Amino acid sequence: MSRVAAIAVHTFKECVREKVLYNLVVFALLLTGAGILFGSISVGVNEILLVNLGLSAISVFGLMIAIFIGISLVWKEIERRTIYNVLSKPVARVEFILGKYLGLVLTLVVNTAIMTAGFYLALYWEKRRLGAEDLAPLEAIYFILLQLALVVGVALLFSTVSTPMLSAVFTFSLYVIGNLLSDLRGFGDQSGSALVRILLHGLSVVLPDFGTFSAISQTAHGQLIPGFRLFANSLYALLYTTVLVSAAILVFEEREFR
Amino acid sequence: MQAVETTELTKDYRSGFWGSRSTRALDRLTLTVEQGEIFGLLGPNGAGKTTTLKLLLRLVFPTAGSGRILGRPLHDARVHARIGYLPENPSFYDHLTAQEFLHYTGWLCGLDPAVRRRRSRELLEQVELAESAGIAVRKFSKGMVQRLGIAQALVNDPEVVFFDEPMSGLDPLGRRQVRDLILSLRRQGKTVFFSTHILSDAEALCDRVAILNRGRLQGLGSLREILGTGVASTELVLEDPAPGVLMALAPFTTATVRTGDRVRLELRADSNTAAVLEAALRAGARIVSLNPVKTSLEDYFVAKVEGSSSGRSAGPTTSTSGVPVNATGAEPDLDPDIRAAQVESGRR
Repeated sequence: MSRVAAIAVHTFKECVREKVLYNLVVFALLLTGAGILFGSISVGVNEILLVNLGLSAISVFGLMIAIFIGISLVWKEIERRTIYNVLSKPVARVEFILGKYLGLVLTLVVNTAIMTAGFYLALYWEKRRLGAEDLAPLEAIYFILLQLALVVGVALLFSTVSTPMLSAVFTFSLYVIGNLLSDLRGFGDQSGSALVRILLHGLSVVLPDFGTFSAISQTAHGQLIPGFRLFANSLYALLYTTVLVSAAILVFEEREFR
Repeated sequence: MQAVETTELTKDYRSGFWGSRSTRALDRLTLTVEQGEIFGLLGPNGAGKTTTLKLLLRLVFPTAGSGRILGRPLHDARVHARIGYLPENPSFYDHLTAQEFLHYTGWLCGLDPAVRRRRSRELLEQVELAESAGIAVRKFSKGMVQRLGIAQALVNDPEVVFFDEPMSGLDPLGRRQVRDLILSLRRQGKTVFFSTHILSDAEALCDRVAILNRGRLQGLGSLREILGTGVASTELVLEDPAPGVLMALAPFTTATVRTGDRVRLELRADSNTAAVLEAALRAGARIVSLNPVKTSLEDYFVAKVEGSSSGRSAGPTTSTSGVPVNATGAEPDLDPDIRAAQVESGRR
């Protein structure tokens, strides 16, 4: 466990030193600009817009980090041959993959936490007060984090087998498709072909359902997410991530470093 | 218990789109390395030295055969807590300082924070990087990176150390430093297993060597076993001899090498030294020296590699070939083919 922690902390440090957290500056500028702009819109509407914009930005910035850092997470270690230094130490390959995964998730958690603080600061600036009803966005942010953890799993898996360019294409494609699974099922229902229907329904079960974590507009209108959905999505993210990281470990266990 | 043991260790690399082509990088390597010895793995580029080390470190997997380190099979990653490894042309994390990097590798080895700090400090001093401890690795020269690589290989105070071309990229002082370090590791009872194609390093350091060429073991044993202890030939060095002197001595010589004003004559094994000296003096030669010549590792290596490459017999040969010295005073990292050519030209 200590070695997993070492690799995770090192991955986090690498992200910080490679200026990944600079996205926070852009985020801060975006919220400041939005605050000034929304100030002229009627009370109530500007809050909804601010929550929508703030949470969407948290999601998009996190997604960019998850994909673009995730796809090079393992590949970079192999390409730069730094992997030799790690695997020649008493580090099991499973520990390396887990450490890399947790390190990037830690980066995303810290990044999201800082953005969340900035978001609430902007919200307070807008409303001049914060109440219990303002806790709803936290649930959406939790879902964003679950989604990001899943995206990192996908990117990590591709990172163990492919180049960053291809991994980026695959991960982004999977993310887009994973947000359209209900449409996929609907298309299958309307196709009239039993085979197409079975195929598309099958795909919608196998592929990661990123759409299930979408709760931004709901929380922007102050609606809380039911407890069951919180639990179900947590379980889904945990299980699916476990499958993805396990697959990455299996691939990595067989990998040679010539 | 042996430090390292391989049995019929074989590695084929697959290439081509479907992995249809296969290249044998290592062919049934069987050897043992005793604890506390310095073992050299010699061979030209592509001989299989790095593949052997990567197989031992489990960075690649054997196609056939097996190996053990300190009695444990290669697939047992726990043994890595007792070994150290310097890869060929090492590369480290640009964003870390030397101290942070050693701290990280110490953490990977399961060392306590206090021990990590102490070991980092000690090792940086040992490889003379203490003043650069806080500098980012991306600013390091190649020699500094190499020395940091050696430091990280020793961070866990290993029992067996694997160095892949440890002198690579080092200037003469750096090489001397690494030689001293390797000798001090042996004094501490550690086993050093290193690959090199710099024969003078192997000759100066190794208790035993293995010679690889094209993935096959060409020779294995102690330097005494390989080179013998007897005098292989005698060389006579003359100062600017006249053509008549060389003609007078021609019946006694097998090779003549001119270096500046001096000429080195390799005497026939059956020559009577007294008769040679008498003939030389009679012809008016100015004698600089008369030396017994032992078989060098270089000679043995060249004979083995040449023999395996061309199918000729691979018995040890002798020569008096002077190793060229470059501007820094160091022996260059010669390609064996070039060395072979030099020896050949020396004979002519």
